Amino acid sequence: MKLVIAIVRPDKGNDVLEALYRAEVRGFSMSRVQGHGGELERVETYRGTRVQMGLSDKVRFEIAVSDAFVEPTIEALCEGARTDEVGDGKIFVLPLERVVRIRSGETDDSAVTPVRS
Amino acid sequence: MTPILAAAGEINAGDTAWMLAATALVLLMTPALGLFYAGLVREKNTLNTFMMCAAALAVATITWALVGYSLAFDEGNGFVGGLGHAFLNGVTFEPREGTTIPHLLFFAFQATFCILTTALVSGAVVERMRFGPFLIFAALWSVLVYAVMAHWAFGGGWLQANGTLDFAGGIPVEMGSGFSALAAALVVGSRKDYGRQALLPHNAMYVLLGAGLLWFGWFGFNGGSGFSTGNAGVLAFVNTLLTPACTLFVWFMLDLIRGRQVTAIGAATAMIVGCVAITPAGGFISPAWAMVLGALAALPSYAVIVWRTRTRVDETLDVLAAHGVAGLTGIVFIGFFAQESWNGVADGAFFGNAAQLADQLVAAVAAPVYAFFATLLLLKVIGAITPLRGPGKEEAIGMDIIHHGEEAYATGEGAMLILPEEPVEEELAVR
Repeated sequence: MKLVIAIVRPDKGNDVLEALYRAEVRGFSMSRVQGHGGELERVETYRGTRVQMGLSDKVRFEIAVSDAFVEPTIEALCEGARTDEVGDGKIFVLPLERVVRIRSGETDDSAVTPVRS
Repeated sequence: MTPILAAAGEINAGDTAWMLAATALVLLMTPALGLFYAGLVREKNTLNTFMMCAAALAVATITWALVGYSLAFDEGNGFVGGLGHAFLNGVTFEPREGTTIPHLLFFAFQATFCILTTALVSGAVVERMRFGPFLIFAALWSVLVYAVMAHWAFGGGWLQANGTLDFAGGIPVEMGSGFSALAAALVVGSRKDYGRQALLPHNAMYVLLGAGLLWFGWFGFNGGSGFSTGNAGVLAFVNTLLTPACTLFVWFMLDLIRGRQVTAIGAATAMIVGCVAITPAGGFISPAWAMVLGALAALPSYAVIVWRTRTRVDETLDVLAAHGVAGLTGIVFIGFFAQESWNGVADGAFFGNAAQLADQLVAAVAAPVYAFFATLLLLKVIGAITPLRGPGKEEAIGMDIIHHGEEAYATGEGAMLILPEEPVEEELAVR
């Protein structure tokens, strides 16, 4: 089991959702974050005050998957989020010790596999 | 627009006072429209959308003073006025012919109409059109389309000479902006995510606030279009209360029937539709018929909004439905229900004067055709000189950052002040 964390452009968020859906990755969380990843900093001006915006808006996906789903998930994230410009974001894959589904007490692989209705 | 029964060549203090206030009321409508539009777009395009209205405040005021007013209101031929009043030549404290207010004030009141109408068209191209080309478009459109159509309807042009009735701008303002918007949407093209992703309004409260302020300003727009405190102005003022209220109520019912819920953004739209519908008819129909007009006007505009979102035409903020179609409804309604006992000018077909309906129908055909094709041509020409929109990645980042270098909702987190470079090293070197 791995925890896949992806930081992507906010305007590619919907494309990522679409790609994940097509890859049948159905369980994840999504949040808005701000950060810096070495991309060019943009300069904004407010009433003559020039400021360099050190943080860019990004969207962060957290996806816990069983081992078989790691590669499809990464592929889907890349496919959905890539524009070939600096600032497309990053994917972090972390080992996952334990997962518990609160409702049923199921653990690990059966807990990260979404319930099929 | 309406004959004023007063001694020629005399300024009336009451009329002038009201028209000063009405002019300010109409000017407020442009920032109000900015709020209405800004709420309807996505967060990343908030400032750009408002700035298109600000652009109209700047550009259309200048073009109107330089040539627009003259082309609309100076004597000329049936199609366009002359250049006798260009650069405000001869526009002074003397009353304008047929009114009891200073010519200069008459100019300013009409200027606010030109500004608002130019800003209205932007609703078709928000979230994608580049700001620079929009400024060029606004300048040329305010002269080539608005001023020409204002001449037709108000300045002694062929429609007015024919007997077509338009109290406060159903022809140049509402049909002019609505059908131009359709052309602009077709030339500029859809937003890159249109039809693929849900593009939702980012702040419904701005939309409601903007609509409310527009309705408020519309009392000056319609109430001032009699250029006096006379009966026609009072009638239009009161009808501006009655018609939108009826539209609003019918819109609630349509929403209920269609979706089982009454929507807030629908309500904001309904206020605009009602105000638009009474614009041409304000001083010509009785209060009772104005209420009927309000109820009726909801139907075609509602239908066009429902239909438009199912097409590939990204006429983004539905200027055609809210302004073009509702304005057309109002213009045609006059042909049926104008009432001489109320307006002192003419009866409609319902009161035995079928000729009036014919005059109204001529305008209902000619105005959309001219607005649509003139705007289509104008944007094609501008588009041949400079691209109307940027690359897709700029659209993805958002127009606020790309074109204005600002964000509507900047948090300031991570923002570092750039101080002007201090010449420290140079001083040291000199020493």
